[in-house]
Amino acid sequence: MSAHATTFAVPHRKMAMWVFIGSECMFFGSLIATYLSYKGKSVAGPTPAEILNIPLTSVSTFVLLMSSLAMVLALDAVQRDHTDQAKLWLGGVIVLGGLFLAGQVYEFSHFYHEGLTLQQNLFGSTFFVLTGFHGAHVTVGVIWMATLLFMAFRGKLGPEQSLDVEVAGLYWHFVDVVWIVIFTVVYLIQ
Amino acid sequence: MSAAPAGTMHHESIYSGGIASWLTTVDHKRIGVMYGVTALLYFIVGGVEALIIRLQLATPEGTVVGAEVYNQMFTMHGTTMVFLVLMPLAAAMFNFLIPLMVGARDVAFPRLNAFSFWTWFFGAILLNLAFFVNQVPDAGWFGYANLTSKQYNPGLGIDFWVLSLQIMGIASIASGINFTVTTLNMRAPGMSLMRMPLFVWMALIVQILMLLAFPVITVGLVFLLFDRFFDTNFYVAAAGGTPVLWQHLFWIFGHPEVYILILPSFGVVSEILPTFSRKPLFGAPFVIFSGILIGFLGFGVWSHHMFTTGLGPIADTAFSLGTMLIAIPTGVKIFNWIGTLWGGTIVMRTPLYFAVGMIALFIVGGLSGIMHASTPIDLQQHDSYFVVAHLHYVFFGGTVFGLFAGVYYWWPKVTGRMLGEGLGKLNFWVMFLGMNLTFFPMHFLGLDGMARRIYTYPAGVGWEQWNIVATIGAFVLSIGVLLFYINVVRSLRSGEPAAADPWDAATLEWSMSSPPPEYNFAVIPTVNSARPLWLHKYGPTRDISKHTKEDGTPPQPDHPVERVELPSPSHWPLIAAAGLTLAGGGTMIGLLPVLIGAAVLVVAVYRWAFQPLERPGNPVFGPGGGSG
Repeated sequence: MSAHATTFAVPHRKMAMWVFIGSECMFFGSLIATYLSYKGKSVAGPTPAEILNIPLTSVSTFVLLMSSLAMVLALDAVQRDHTDQAKLWLGGVIVLGGLFLAGQVYEFSHFYHEGLTLQQNLFGSTFFVLTGFHGAHVTVGVIWMATLLFMAFRGKLGPEQSLDVEVAGLYWHFVDVVWIVIFTVVYLIQ
Repeated sequence: MSAAPAGTMHHESIYSGGIASWLTTVDHKRIGVMYGVTALLYFIVGGVEALIIRLQLATPEGTVVGAEVYNQMFTMHGTTMVFLVLMPLAAAMFNFLIPLMVGARDVAFPRLNAFSFWTWFFGAILLNLAFFVNQVPDAGWFGYANLTSKQYNPGLGIDFWVLSLQIMGIASIASGINFTVTTLNMRAPGMSLMRMPLFVWMALIVQILMLLAFPVITVGLVFLLFDRFFDTNFYVAAAGGTPVLWQHLFWIFGHPEVYILILPSFGVVSEILPTFSRKPLFGAPFVIFSGILIGFLGFGVWSHHMFTTGLGPIADTAFSLGTMLIAIPTGVKIFNWIGTLWGGTIVMRTPLYFAVGMIALFIVGGLSGIMHASTPIDLQQHDSYFVVAHLHYVFFGGTVFGLFAGVYYWWPKVTGRMLGEGLGKLNFWVMFLGMNLTFFPMHFLGLDGMARRIYTYPAGVGWEQWNIVATIGAFVLSIGVLLFYINVVRSLRSGEPAAADPWDAATLEWSMSSPPPEYNFAVIPTVNSARPLWLHKYGPTRDISKHTKEDGTPPQPDHPVERVELPSPSHWPLIAAAGLTLAGGGTMIGLLPVLIGAAVLVVAVYRWAFQPLERPGNPVFGPGGGSG
C-alpha cells in the first residue's frame, strides 16, 4: 500500500491483520469451546490421559515459542536493513515451524496407530480438528515465511518492505499464542 | 433548494466499458453495482420460492408440490433471502457509499473487495447449481443437526448448502476486514468518529458483527462437513455428541446475523429521515451508541432461539433478560426517528415513505419479538407461524423496506437518474398492503397452533381463512415488488436526469456529480460537521457548533486540481475466487477438481500479491493525467 496518510496513522495492512486476528479468535474460540464441552463425553477410548504425551509436546511447544523469537529478530534485521541476518532468522522461523509441524505429524500418526482416529470417539474428532486447524495455520505461516525468504534472496526485502514482515509476524505470533492456549487446555489441564 | 449543485458535468460514464472491464474492475462503485444487480436478481428467485410455498398452503390438503419439494422451497427461500439478497443488497450500499460518505477515493483493499464480490458470486451460483442436479438442500436455512446428517439426508443437497455457505462466509469475512479498515482508517480530514454519517456507523457495526459471527458458523459447518465426509460424530448422540451443539454454534452466529441484516436498514433510515424532515437526526449520539449496544448485546442472546431444548431455568432466565434488554436501545432508536420527524418540515418523497413504513412495520416485529423473549410465552409460540410472522415483520418490514428506502434515496447518485415518484409511491402502497396481508394473518395462524414448515394441513381445523388471505397477500406483495422493477427499468431508459444533490442532503456523497467520477473526490474534502453540506449551504443555524458557513464542505469542483492515480484493474481476484469455489465445490466430485481449484487459488494469490496495485496504464486524472 502506498504511503497515503491514514486516519489512525497505522498502515491499512497492519490494521487489517489485527482485525483478522480478532476474527480468528472467534474461530479458535469456537473450536476450543467445543473441545471443552465434549471433554469426557466420549463413549469409547482412548482417553486423553491414556494417550497424550506431555513431555514430547512440551518440546514442540518450546520450539514454536522460539520461532516467535526468531520472527522478532527477523523483523528487526529487515528494519535495520541487515539482509543476511534477516535471511538467517527467517530461515530459523521456517525450520522451527517445520520442526513443530514434524512433531505434529509424528504425534498424529502415533495416535492413529494407538487407535485414536478422527472417527474413534469425540475426543479424537475434537482433538484432531482443533489441533489440525492450528497445524494448517502454522503451515500457511511457514509458506508465507518461505515467500519472504525468497524475496530476501532476490534482494527485495529491504526496510521499505518491513511492513510485509511485520504483518506476517503478527500472524505468526498469533498462531503461537493460540498454541499456548491449546497446549494448556488440551494437554496440561486434562 | 437554494444550493448550487456541483453541476451534472459530463464525465465519461464510470460504467462504460465491455464485460472485461467489469470482470477485472476494482472500483468500489462498480463492485457495489454488481452486488446490487445480482442481489435484485436473486430477490426474484427467492420470491418465486416464497410464492410456491404460499400456493401450496393456500388451501388445505394442497397438491401444488409434495412434502419433499416443499422442504426444498422453504430451505432455499430462507437461505437465498438471507445470504443472496439481504446481505449482498446491504453490501452493495456499503461498497458504493462508504468511501463516498467518509471522503475516500476507494476502499482500503480494492482487489480484496473484488475478491469478496466474486467469491460471494460463485458461492451463490454453487448453491443454486443444486437445482440443476436436482439435489436441493432441504433441511431449512438453520440446517439443524440430524436433519443434515448423512444418515438422514444422504444426497448432495446438504453438501451444496454447507459448501456454498462456507465459501460465502469467506467473502463476508474478507469484506468485513476491508470495510472496517476503510471506515476507521480512510476518513477525510476532520471527520471524527462522531461526525461520521449514521449509515457508515451502522455499517461499521455490521462489519464487526460479521467478523466475529462468521467464524463461529464456519466452525459449525466444518464439524458438519467432517460428519458428512469423514464419518466423525460431532452431532451424533449415540457417540456422546449432541445435536444441540449445532444449535449453539448456529445461533451464536445466527443471532448477530439478525443484526447484520437489520442494522444497515437502521442506518439508511437514519440518513433519510433528517434529509426529508429538513432537520438533523434527533439525538444522533444516542442512535450511535444504541447501535453499538445492540451489536454487543446481540452476541449474548443466542439461546432465546433454543428455549425449547431445555437449557434449564437459569440459562432461560439469563437469555430472556438479555433479549428484553435489547428492546431498550432499539426503542431508543425508534423514539429518535420519531423525534426527528417531529416538528420537521416534512418532504413527502418516496424514500421517506419507505423509511416511515420501515419504522411502523419494524415496531410490529419488535413487539412480537419482546413477546417471545419471555420463555413461557416462547414455549407456546416456538416453531409456530407466530414466529414466521415475527421474523418477516423484522426482515421484510424492517430490512427490505429500509433497503428499498435506501435504493430510492441513492439511486440518483448511483445511476444519474431519478426513479419515478408516482410509481414509487404506488410501489410503496402496494408493497405495504401486500406485506401486511401476507404476514399479519400468520400471527393468528400461529396462536391458533399452526406449526412452521408443515407442507399441508387438514380442512376444518380453522386455518383455511387466514391461509388464503396470506396467499392473496403474497401475490399483492409480488405485484408491489414488480412495480419496483418496472420503475427501475423505466428510470434507466428514460428517467429524469439527477442533479448532484437532488434531495438537498447533508452528507458528502451528494457533493459530487451523479454518478460520481471514477476518482470520487476531485479534492479530498475537509469536514467540520456531521452535516458538512448543510453547514456550507445554510450555515450554523442548522448546526449547533461554533463553526461558520465557510467551514462547511462545498460542492466538488469538476476536475481534480492535483494528480489522482487509481488502482489498475486486475483479473487475479476473480481467478482466485473461481479457484476457491472449484476447490470447495469440487469436494462433491472428487480429488482432481479440488487439486485443480487449489492450484488455481495458490497461483492467483501469488500473482495478486506480487502485482503492484497501480501499474503503468492505470487511470490517472488531473494535471498530467490522461484519463480525465
